[in-house]
Amino acid sequence: MSKATKETALKRTLETLDTSTLASTADIAAVVEAVMKSLSGDVSLTEFKLYQELQKLADYIQSAKREIAAIRPDEIRATHIPMATDELDAVVGATAEATGVILDSAESLEKVAGTVPAEAGEEIRNIATRIYEACNFQDVTGQRITKVVRALKHIEEKIDALLHAFGDGVKAPAASAAVPAPSAPVSGDDSHLLHGPQLPQEANKQDDIDAILANLK
Amino acid sequence: MAFDLNMNVLIVDDYKTMLRIIRNLLKQLGIENVDEATDGGTALMKLRERNYGLVISDWNMEPMTGLQLLKEVRADHKLKQIPFIMITAESKTENVVAAKEAGVTNYIVKPFNAATLKQKLTAIWGNF
Repeated sequence: MSKATKETALKRTLETLDTSTLASTADIAAVVEAVMKSLSGDVSLTEFKLYQELQKLADYIQSAKREIAAIRPDEIRATHIPMATDELDAVVGATAEATGVILDSAESLEKVAGTVPAEAGEEIRNIATRIYEACNFQDVTGQRITKVVRALKHIEEKIDALLHAFGDGVKAPAASAAVPAPSAPVSGDDSHLLHGPQLPQEANKQDDIDAILANLK
Repeated sequence: MAFDLNMNVLIVDDYKTMLRIIRNLLKQLGIENVDEATDGGTALMKLRERNYGLVISDWNMEPMTGLQLLKEVRADHKLKQIPFIMITAESKTENVVAAKEAGVTNYIVKPFNAATLKQKLTAIWGNF
């Protein structure tokens, strides 16, 4: 085999090393074998080094595959992430329900305020106001949890891609079960502005926002 | 714009708890004519059916966001003069700027208190 022919055969073989086409260990072995066949006859030092590199690559991929299989990404996708999102949904539901009861109570308090002496009534109304203000938490925490659920969905998509790339060797039979997806992100031309609540240390306070607005006038 | 007790106020939020909180706080301030909508599209429909003196809206709603609602309101010659307060957890400067550019009257960041709400209403209507 001429040097030019061998280089062409090598190039063609190496093109198949796109990791997205390496579905299994057998594929990797086939690629290495094909490279070896292309090297029949005179094998130069460069070609030998190339073979060694390919062998290391194959070993590395197999090792990575074993490690990934050991952490059971299929279980993360099929069990842990859906469980986490279900739990978070339950948190939102429970806080919404509790907030409803708190608001019922505050509204009842306000009704009582009208039946007692003025000074006491005013104090009761102030208490009700503070309860209303405090109940803001339910909306803000709900939005924070929605952000977490979206992050989990993103992780799930990455794991899906990983499982696809490495094939059935890292999947358990149950992994094919459909996993309910959380609500899709809001779309629209301002979707890049939908950040949700900021962490306290990063958020603009009301005074900051008033200053920004004032500067824009 | 002067405050009128008979003025209708439209509050828009996809969290019913927030609608309830805002309604109660408005009631404490003497504002009783309050309608609710849980998304921008419904809000826009209500705005076109009835006269409102104020819109208080959340930002993060589906399918029409509060910002899109604001833009629709400002683009409608019959609605564009209505004061529009955004009450939202979106506190980034770029959000405030985008809202301002879209014509927001005032901007309240969640969680908020009754004093802030009253302050922003006073900025629109004067003391009431």
